Amino acid sequence: MAHDHHPTGLSRWLFTTNHKDIGTMYLWFSFIMFLIGGLMALGIRLELFQPGLQFWDPNFFNTLTTMHGLIMVFGAVMPAFVGLANWLIPMQIGAPDMALPRMNNWSFWILPFAFGLLLSSLFMEGGAPNFGWTFYAPLSTKFGPPSTDFFIFGVHLMGISSIMGAINVIVTVFNMRAPGMTLMKMPMFVWTWVITAFLLIMVMPVLAGAVTMMLTDRHFGTSFFDAAGGGDPVMFQHIFWFFGHPEVYIMILPAFGIASHIIPAFSRKPLFGYSSMVYATASIAFLSFIVWAHHMFTVGMPVAGELYFMIATMIIAVPTGVKIFNWVATMWRGSLTFETPMLFALAFVVLFTLGGVSGVMLAMTPVDKQYHDTYFVVAHFHYVLFPGAIFGTIAAVYYWLPKWTGNMYSEFWGKIHFWFSIIAVNLTFFPMHFSGLAGMQRRVPDYNMMFEGFNQMSSIGAFMLGFGQIIFLGVLIHCIKGGKGKATDKVWEGAEGLEFTHLPSPAPYHSFEQSPEVK
Amino acid sequence: MSLLKKVMSGLVLFVSMIMGSLWAAEPEYSTLNLRPGVTDNSQLVYDLHMEVVVIMFAVAALVFAAILFAVIRFRKSKNPNPAKFSHSTTLEIIWTVVPMLILIYLTKPAISLLLDMEDTSKADMTVQVTGIQWKWKYKYLDSDIEFISSLSTPAEQYNDYERNAAEKGENYLLEVDNEVVLPIGKKIRFLITADDVIHSWWVPDFAVKMDAIPGFVNETWAKINEPGIYRGVCAELCGRLHGFMPIVVRAVPQAEYDQWVEKKLAEKAEAERLAAEAAARSWSMEDLMAQGKEVYEAKCAVCHQSNGEGLGTFPALKGSKVATVDSADDHARLVILGLNAMPKFGEELSDADLAAVVTYERNAWGNDTGDTVQPGRIAELKAGK
Repeated sequence: MAHDHHPTGLSRWLFTTNHKDIGTMYLWFSFIMFLIGGLMALGIRLELFQPGLQFWDPNFFNTLTTMHGLIMVFGAVMPAFVGLANWLIPMQIGAPDMALPRMNNWSFWILPFAFGLLLSSLFMEGGAPNFGWTFYAPLSTKFGPPSTDFFIFGVHLMGISSIMGAINVIVTVFNMRAPGMTLMKMPMFVWTWVITAFLLIMVMPVLAGAVTMMLTDRHFGTSFFDAAGGGDPVMFQHIFWFFGHPEVYIMILPAFGIASHIIPAFSRKPLFGYSSMVYATASIAFLSFIVWAHHMFTVGMPVAGELYFMIATMIIAVPTGVKIFNWVATMWRGSLTFETPMLFALAFVVLFTLGGVSGVMLAMTPVDKQYHDTYFVVAHFHYVLFPGAIFGTIAAVYYWLPKWTGNMYSEFWGKIHFWFSIIAVNLTFFPMHFSGLAGMQRRVPDYNMMFEGFNQMSSIGAFMLGFGQIIFLGVLIHCIKGGKGKATDKVWEGAEGLEFTHLPSPAPYHSFEQSPEVK
Repeated sequence: MSLLKKVMSGLVLFVSMIMGSLWAAEPEYSTLNLRPGVTDNSQLVYDLHMEVVVIMFAVAALVFAAILFAVIRFRKSKNPNPAKFSHSTTLEIIWTVVPMLILIYLTKPAISLLLDMEDTSKADMTVQVTGIQWKWKYKYLDSDIEFISSLSTPAEQYNDYERNAAEKGENYLLEVDNEVVLPIGKKIRFLITADDVIHSWWVPDFAVKMDAIPGFVNETWAKINEPGIYRGVCAELCGRLHGFMPIVVRAVPQAEYDQWVEKKLAEKAEAERLAAEAAARSWSMEDLMAQGKEVYEAKCAVCHQSNGEGLGTFPALKGSKVATVDSADDHARLVILGLNAMPKFGEELSDADLAAVVTYERNAWGNDTGDTVQPGRIAELKAGK
């Protein structure tokens, strides 16, 4: 530590090029966005607690669903994964830092401005974006509030930030691995992140294109998405989902990687089928590019198109199944213990499986015509996002926190956080399957009394879930301030990987100043 | 092992309880499951749904059972020495191939059902459905009937901001002023489109959900087997009152349907006669204001509000340029032709109603321009004069 001569105080954070400082900022930023987006979700659940309009005008309700989606996707999940990548990739491949440290600083510092633009629209005349996070034209173009332009520039900035983060990961992984670490020896988290980075580079420009076309439709007289001028509103959906479907995997692949570290560690047994895990991840990523229109089975596509997208989508179940079976096989005849990271990783596997099977149901075009745009879909994607992406992130934080801070967190409170979250997450999202099947459509502030019971369960669950994350905040602060004493260098009995075997806890500021030898 | 057995049987019980409740739910259209509906295809969709539910629950149950077994049997206290294996080609081939076979098995019925659902040829009659913010317009192409259908649940029932909402009826938010009446046993083709943003026409009992897209016409169909009242909703977010534009279909035997068509045509002729009468006579300011207030509350207040002060992106009319400075003709043209998010009221409202509402907007809330607009002038404006 002797030759660490970085600035302190505010300028340390503003000018830092260190992967750990930047990772920390990404993670805190994501946590703040998670709380803001969560508050909006509670606003939604408050209105839906009983039939009738009690709190919000329907227009503001639409604003809440829109901003909740945008903030959770772009503000909470994606920055959390970039934060984890920053912290972990250099340590896991035996590098001192990321390959492009100054760009790293910039890609983070764009984000507060992007979300400042987006959130400021809440205080503007005409209100914030209210057309759903999918911003379908023409609701978002001809009919969008004036603040839509702030949303468009916000999305552009987020996209630039994501692309820079992705480039950094790719350059780092391909150039800075320790001697001996061949591609097929890379830790799974690194593998899943490299694949995610390629997805990001390929689809974020598509999103940027979509919002740019919106902007010119709104202000410069073009009609990309207006039939009256020769355009096509359905083309918007094709472009959006060509971005949107890979985006779904951007939000889950790193969590797959995380589970592939935690489950072997607490099973005290190597990951089952490492190479099939790599190939399965790559096939999922490839398939994610050729299935986008399964979000659009009711737009009136030609039947041949519907058949193709149905079959292509169902194929994704195969590599995804391989991953789940591999995790189960990793535990088989292992020697299992259930510390907090393992509990979250197990919940991830179980609940992601539930989200996966409802995904197969949704893929089947004839029945999707009933499920589409109902609460069944809301249940499905929250099962893959909350217990998937978010539990994955939480599991990672518990697993690596002792390595990051040098302190052990409170296992007792970690477990309380876990049990609170797992009960609440199911109470919130499981009943949505039923209300959706029974006929409740998405994105409505009010409903017939027959849906009241399930909506009340969801609302109670949501408030519990929100409260549970305050426990998480407490555990984090306690651990950073000293926690339950010093962590050992290896932290966990079954932990593998350079960050546990070659680095002390807490890890030094410049992770590896000399490359370790990987055999 | 006895603990394991207990847990396993508990799991089986839990899954069968969920499955049981789904099955038991079937007869009474409960709030737990999809409805089998009243068309051949909705029944097939339901059957396919149940089949995929059972298979998917079985797959998930298998995975969960294996995890549970591992969690109990291979915990450190029971199995202190972990095995070392890390792959098995045979196993990996099995769990790649078996899911593929299951998927192929599921795909087969889905393909034939889908082909039938998308085949709109040889229809007996055609109804054009147009989504408009936030109501549906129906046009019977074979019988020259056209009407608009909008929510009939009174605002007192849903406005509960002061915690004083009126008691809600059984079909709260699922009831309309003009039901779509359709004959049973006939293949009905629906041509679905929209005037403003994308809507989606969904009647769960027909397994029909089709997006209504401005500038494009989508086709779908249904052949209803049983008479009855079937309720649906707009399924695609379409703005502020997306949750407030339900669909109600009343399916009746052919004879009853024919009577309804007769009645509708007679009503239409009567309405045209009255409208012509109203358009021909000269209205007093009082009459225009009284009629205008009624029309305004029914059609305009949703966005511009009863007090004329607007809301959010919906502009105020009170003291506005359009209602006070611009000429009455320009004002009337805007109401007839619409502008951006504002719908075209020219088709929906009669000349007398248009004249009344424009007069009302120019004189209510202290606008006091003193202008009156007569129905005759509206007819001239519509003709482009």
